Amino acid sequence: MSDQGPLSFHVPAPAVRPGGTPDFSDVKISRAGLVRRPEVDVAPEDIRDLAYSIIRVLNREGEAVGPWANLLSNEELLEGLRHMMTLRAFDARMQMAQRQGKTSFYMQHMGEEAVSCAFRKALEPGDMNFPTYRQAGLLIASGYPMLDMMCQIYSNELDPLKGRQLPVMYSSREHGFFSISGNLATQFVQAVGWAMASAMKRDTKVAAGWIGDGSTAESDFHAALVFASTYKAPVVLNIVNNQWAISTFQGIARGGSGTFAARGLGFGMPALRVDGNDYLAVHAVGRWAVERARRNLGPTLIEYVTYRVGAHSTSDDPAAYRPKAESDAWPLGDPVLRLKHYLIRQGAWSEDRHKQAEAEILASVIAVQKEAESHGTLHSGPHPSARDMFEGVYEETPSHLRRQRQQAGI
Amino acid sequence: MPRKTMVEAIRDAMDVSMQRDDNVVVFGEDVGYFGGVFRCTQGLQQKFGTSRCFDTPINELGIVGVAVGMAAYGLRPCVEIQFADYMYPAYDQIVSEAARLRYRSNGQFTAPLVVRMPTGGGIFGGQTHSQSPEALFTHVAGLKTVVPSNPYDAKGLLIAAIEDNDPVIFLEPKRLYNGPFDGHHDRPVTPWAKHAQGEVPDGHYTVPLGKAAVRRAGTAVTVLAYGTMVFVAEAAVADIGIDAEIIDLRTLLPYDLETIAASVEKTGRCVVVHEATLTSGFGAELSALVQEHCFYSLEAPVVRVTGWDTPYPHAQEWDYFPGPARVGRALKAVMEA
Repeated sequence: MSDQGPLSFHVPAPAVRPGGTPDFSDVKISRAGLVRRPEVDVAPEDIRDLAYSIIRVLNREGEAVGPWANLLSNEELLEGLRHMMTLRAFDARMQMAQRQGKTSFYMQHMGEEAVSCAFRKALEPGDMNFPTYRQAGLLIASGYPMLDMMCQIYSNELDPLKGRQLPVMYSSREHGFFSISGNLATQFVQAVGWAMASAMKRDTKVAAGWIGDGSTAESDFHAALVFASTYKAPVVLNIVNNQWAISTFQGIARGGSGTFAARGLGFGMPALRVDGNDYLAVHAVGRWAVERARRNLGPTLIEYVTYRVGAHSTSDDPAAYRPKAESDAWPLGDPVLRLKHYLIRQGAWSEDRHKQAEAEILASVIAVQKEAESHGTLHSGPHPSARDMFEGVYEETPSHLRRQRQQAGI
Repeated sequence: MPRKTMVEAIRDAMDVSMQRDDNVVVFGEDVGYFGGVFRCTQGLQQKFGTSRCFDTPINELGIVGVAVGMAAYGLRPCVEIQFADYMYPAYDQIVSEAARLRYRSNGQFTAPLVVRMPTGGGIFGGQTHSQSPEALFTHVAGLKTVVPSNPYDAKGLLIAAIEDNDPVIFLEPKRLYNGPFDGHHDRPVTPWAKHAQGEVPDGHYTVPLGKAAVRRAGTAVTVLAYGTMVFVAEAAVADIGIDAEIIDLRTLLPYDLETIAASVEKTGRCVVVHEATLTSGFGAELSALVQEHCFYSLEAPVVRVTGWDTPYPHAQEWDYFPGPARVGRALKAVMEA
C-alpha cells in the first residue's frame, strides 16, 4: 500500500462562470512587434518558442510594428476592412433571418472576422481550403457571390447545393472552398490528402486545413498531423482558438499541452501562435506558412488566438455558460475596430468614411437578401424539388433508388 | 489462358489500372516496399515509384481521410485496410465523407476511391482478423459494396471499381486468396491454378458492378451467396445432391434484383447464405427483397444460414463458420417445407 493516500480525479474548469467577473489574466499577451520573424526555411526545432508566444503587429496605439508588419498596402488593407465589415453585416442579417424563421440555423463570426478574411489573401488561385463552418470570410474575401451564400442558407430554388445541406455548409470548388461536412475535424486530414496529391502530381498548389480549438481533440486532428509530418505535405494547418467549444472552455481540449500550437512540436513542424484579431498579423503569418508550403518545405501549424463573441450557433445561449461581459474583457479587442483605427492613423480612412461604408455595405447586403428571398426561404416560396433529394447520391441513380423515387410519387 | 491466384489477380487489376491512368495511386499499411501482408501490392512500388504506391502510418482514419482529400484533388486512390476488422477508425471518413461528398456538394467534389479490405474468416484469425462487416457498408447511401469470389471476377470487378466515379468498398474474402475454399476445412484445397475461374486474361477487362452471376443453374431452390459462401453452397449442393440454382451476388450494393427475382420466381424457394452475423446482416435485406418481390412465387419461407450473433471465436472457428453441413441442412429443410 502506498502512503500517498487515494488518487483524485482532475477535470479542468474555466476561471469564471456566469455571474463571475471575466478574467483573462492567464492569457499571456506578447507585446506587438516583439516576436521575431524567422526565415521560412528555418529548422522547426529552432522556433519552438513561437508555439508559446503570440505574434502581433497592431499595437494599442494603432500602429503596425515589428518584423511581421508592412506586407500589405493601405489599399489592400482597406479591401480587407471591407471584407470584414461585409461579413459582419452579412452575419447580422442572416442571424436575424433565422430568428424570423426564414431558415433553420445560422452560425456567425462576430470577433473572428480577421482570421478567414486575412488568411484568404495569403493564398493563390487554385489553392484549396478545407474549412469549418466559421470561415465564411474565405468566400467573401475571394469574391464568391453573396447571393449564392444566402440562397444556400435559405435552401431555396437557387441553392447551389439543392437544399441538401444545413445552412452555412457552403461548397465552392471554383473559389477554393471544400464542401463543409458538419462532422467536426474530418476536413483537417482531407486537407493533408489534397496537399499530398498536389505534391505527388508535382503541382504548385497548396492546401489549408481549418479546425476549432475544441475539435483538435478529435482523432482526425492527430491523423492530420501524423500524415502531414510524415509526407511533409504542402499544407497550412489552421487552429482557430476562439476559447469556447459550445459551452466547453478550451482547457478541456487543450489539456496539459500549454497551447494548441504546441501540439505541433512533437510532430517536428513549425508551430506559430498569432493574434487572431489582428488582420495584419494573421495575413503575415498565413503568408509565411503558405510560402513554406509552396517552397516544398512542408506543413505549418498555426493557432489563431481569438474570441467567439456570439453564440456557437443559433441553438445555444452563451449566458448559460460564461459571464455576459466576457467578450468586452477579451484583451485582443475587436478585429474590425483595430484595423479601422490603424487605417485612420495612417490617414487612409476616417470615422465618417467608416460610417458611410457601414451604411453602404448594409444597404448592399439588404439588397442581395431581398433578391435571395425572392427565390424563396426555407418554409415559403420556391424551393428545391423532392426529385433533387434522390439525385446525386451516385453518379448514376441505381435501380433501387429509382424504385424508391417512384414509390414517393416523384 | 494464364491462371492466377486471387492475390495475383487483384495485383494485376491495380497494375493494369495504374498503367492506364496516372491518377490511380495505391497506399496503406505495409503496402509499399513490402507489398502488403497478403502480397496484393507486391512489386507495384518498384514498378510505379513511391509517388504512386507507398507505405502509410498505422492510421486507418488517416488512410481514408487523405484518400478523400486526394480524390477531391482529382486522383483515384485505391487504398488497403490491412484487415476489414481494422476499418472502424476510418468509418466516419467512409460514411460521413466519402459516401456523401458528391451529394452534399452537388457534384462539385466527388470521391472516386476504392477501399480494399480482406474480409471473412476461416484462417484462425480470431475476432480481429475474421469479421465480415459488409452490412455496415450496404446500409450507407452513396457507397457501392463489392465482394468477389474468384480471380477472374476479382480482377474485373476491381478495375471496374477503380474506374467507377463513386466510392467502392472492395471486400476480398481472404480464405479465397489462394484457392476456392468450400468449407470442408478438413480436406485439401484446390489451388486456383487447377480451377476454371483461376483463368485470368492479361490486360484490361471489367466485370460490371451491380451484376450477379449464376454459378449453377437449377430449378429446385435458389441459393443467394457471395464470397467464400459461393463455394460452400456449391459443396453443400453437391453433398446432398439437389438441383439448386446458386447465385453469386458479386456486388451487394447496388444489388441485382432482376437476377435474384427471376431465379426465385423459377424455383419458388430461397436460402440466403453469408458468413457475417445474422441479425441486421445483408441476408435480412435479401430475405426482405425476396419476400417483397417474389412472395406469390414462394413455396416456403426464406431461410438464412449465417455466422452466429457472437464475436468471431478462435478455437470454435468451425462451429461458427456456416459450412456445407449447415447449408445442406437448410436446403433440405426448405425443400421439405
